Amino acid sequence: MKLAIPTKAVPYLEVAPLAIVLLFFFVVPMAMVLVASFFDYNMTGIIPTFTLTNYIDLLTSRTTLELYLETLKFALIVWAITLVLGFTIAYFLAFHVRNPLIAIGLLLLCTVPFWTSDIIRMISWIPLLGKYGVFNRALLELGVVDSPVQWLLFSDFAVVVAYVHLFTLFMIVPIFNSMARIDRSLIEAAVDAGAGRLRVLTEVVIPLSKTGIALGSIFVITLVMGDFFIVKIMSGGRSASVVMAVFEDVNLLFYPPAAASAVLLLIIVTLIVSFILRVVDVRKELMG
Amino acid sequence: MKEKARSTSRVTRRRVLTTAAGAAGAAVGSGLVKGFPTIWAQNIKDVTLTHVGMSYSTIIDIARQATKDLGFKVEMAVTDHAGFVNRVTTQPDSVDIADGELWQALLVVPRGSYQPINVKKIKLWDKMTPIYTKGTFDGKQVSRIGISPIKVQYLSGAEAKSFAKEPTDWATFVPGFYNADTLGMRPDLIHRPIEHWGELFNSEFKGKAAIQDIPAIGIMDAAMAAEANGAIKYADKGNMTRAEIDKTIALLIDLKKQGHWRALWSTFDESVNLMAAGEVVIQSMWSPAVTAVRSRGIPCYYVPLSEGYRGWGNGLALMKHLNGIKLDAAYEYINWYQSGWVGGFIAKQGYYVPVPETAKNFLTADEWGYWYEGKPAKEPITDPYGKVMEKAGAVRDGGSYEARFSKIACWNTLMDEARYMNEKWNQYRTA
Repeated sequence: MKLAIPTKAVPYLEVAPLAIVLLFFFVVPMAMVLVASFFDYNMTGIIPTFTLTNYIDLLTSRTTLELYLETLKFALIVWAITLVLGFTIAYFLAFHVRNPLIAIGLLLLCTVPFWTSDIIRMISWIPLLGKYGVFNRALLELGVVDSPVQWLLFSDFAVVVAYVHLFTLFMIVPIFNSMARIDRSLIEAAVDAGAGRLRVLTEVVIPLSKTGIALGSIFVITLVMGDFFIVKIMSGGRSASVVMAVFEDVNLLFYPPAAASAVLLLIIVTLIVSFILRVVDVRKELMG
Repeated sequence: MKEKARSTSRVTRRRVLTTAAGAAGAAVGSGLVKGFPTIWAQNIKDVTLTHVGMSYSTIIDIARQATKDLGFKVEMAVTDHAGFVNRVTTQPDSVDIADGELWQALLVVPRGSYQPINVKKIKLWDKMTPIYTKGTFDGKQVSRIGISPIKVQYLSGAEAKSFAKEPTDWATFVPGFYNADTLGMRPDLIHRPIEHWGELFNSEFKGKAAIQDIPAIGIMDAAMAAEANGAIKYADKGNMTRAEIDKTIALLIDLKKQGHWRALWSTFDESVNLMAAGEVVIQSMWSPAVTAVRSRGIPCYYVPLSEGYRGWGNGLALMKHLNGIKLDAAYEYINWYQSGWVGGFIAKQGYYVPVPETAKNFLTADEWGYWYEGKPAKEPITDPYGKVMEKAGAVRDGGSYEARFSKIACWNTLMDEARYMNEKWNQYRTA
């Protein structure tokens, strides 16, 4: 029996399940957030009238600028470090580990940081980086320092360490994926044509891994931009992020200003992502 | 031999407690205790009550005991502060008993999520601590700075969404746990007495001090210190003006820039770890956190300060959707809650209950002496789970119940300018 579905309808039917899920779990909630961001509010509730106050408050507050600068600073630092680490690890896995099974096994090992809860993971940094932690003990024993160094924990350094520890994986996986699909004969050809290791890297591997790098960058940057928990715990409350302001508002049921902050964050993250996608045409690369 | 005698005596005490609890349960079950209707004994078995609150009060042992004593099921659900107000106001049907903090009532009551409690149906209402029901303690007015219990205890009527200034027959909640908080310190690392809140800002403790990163509470600790130092004078530090908030935050930022703060902690575990690891020697702390540090064998002292304590409290509210048999069960549960077992259990965590006399029945004379009367312990003191946490001879920091609550200087708060405060607090975090 032949199904009587017009050929033209097939692609639409194929995307329908995802489209419906996205509609109900993404488009509708986002629309509600957008609407709420224009509502007024006070301590006792939300007042459904149209107002721009939330946006005016947000855009004229010095705190907003400071929070964005802080968050972008972390995003940039973490992006740079995870890119170098992720690329190196992916390169090792793709080109130096001969057995693909072992490569996959090693890749799975990179997920170890996710095997425990947020709180446990954060608290575990104290015996390691703390004033009387392992690193400080070692530094003291080796005579590198006279008194424990304080900046290892509850500092920007600690925040970056925790981000890198968690998010490098999101860089490794897409880059590894791109590299695994590079035709080995291309590299052989390059070597035969007299290219050194560095030239193979810069002229063959990196250009062909661009998609992975772009996707990894999107993952890492959006994850950092959307975090408030890691920054709160690892900085010991000495730093903050954009989302933390949203959290504080939701804490007191001030939904409209929280919604306005969320909309602004969404716009900024979308701009960053579209910039990355402009530099690397992921779709073309994936199809080609 | 001595060891053996002690363990025998503990078993006996435990047995006494179980028997007492059993007897109380039997009394309730047999209808001996007045105020507990018994007609629907059959269908009430099918009722399940969900008690929602913060981790320190939604303890599973309480639900188990209630289920055993009452004949219907009580379940505990834990949330954090943000989760509590959000769940209670946006998913009210998922909650039956809402165990919130005093200041949270300011957010929830106007949104109409609770139903007023008829105080005539609360058997021990007249025995409840006047801190809640009258706004007094020992005949004197309790501090009104911050959200003092009396400010949110009563509603103006059976349908009201606003608070009454004077006692009425309609309560927002039945009083829950409460305590008086102060600074914690490491006496082995600070070799001198600490007597004032102002010590929190003392440059002597540069890089070794911490405050809590919950803006509403952190700002109160900071204000206590700033006021004690004479740095800032507040008209009402429980409800600061924008100018006062600015000044307080500026002071905190200044200290931060000097490297004064080792951390701002936001979870209970963090405060314990900071103190136990010696990262911090003086900080704002919660009473069970001090106990947790001490039970690791590390000295930690919950210092009574001359300016007084920062009080906090909870209340158990009934959700609006409760009716019929479930509402009856809810009333029965909140009455049971005051009947003593809970009070005896939670006393060993350092918290107080609204009717201490009933808790007394579930504590040994020695435990009562230690936890409520400030007397030296004659036997080792155990936590609610039977783990030894203090040796014989120990005295509770801050002394007796009376000594503590006659010195409440302010309460946890929710200011009119709360949103401005949060914004400023974020500035302090990023500074």
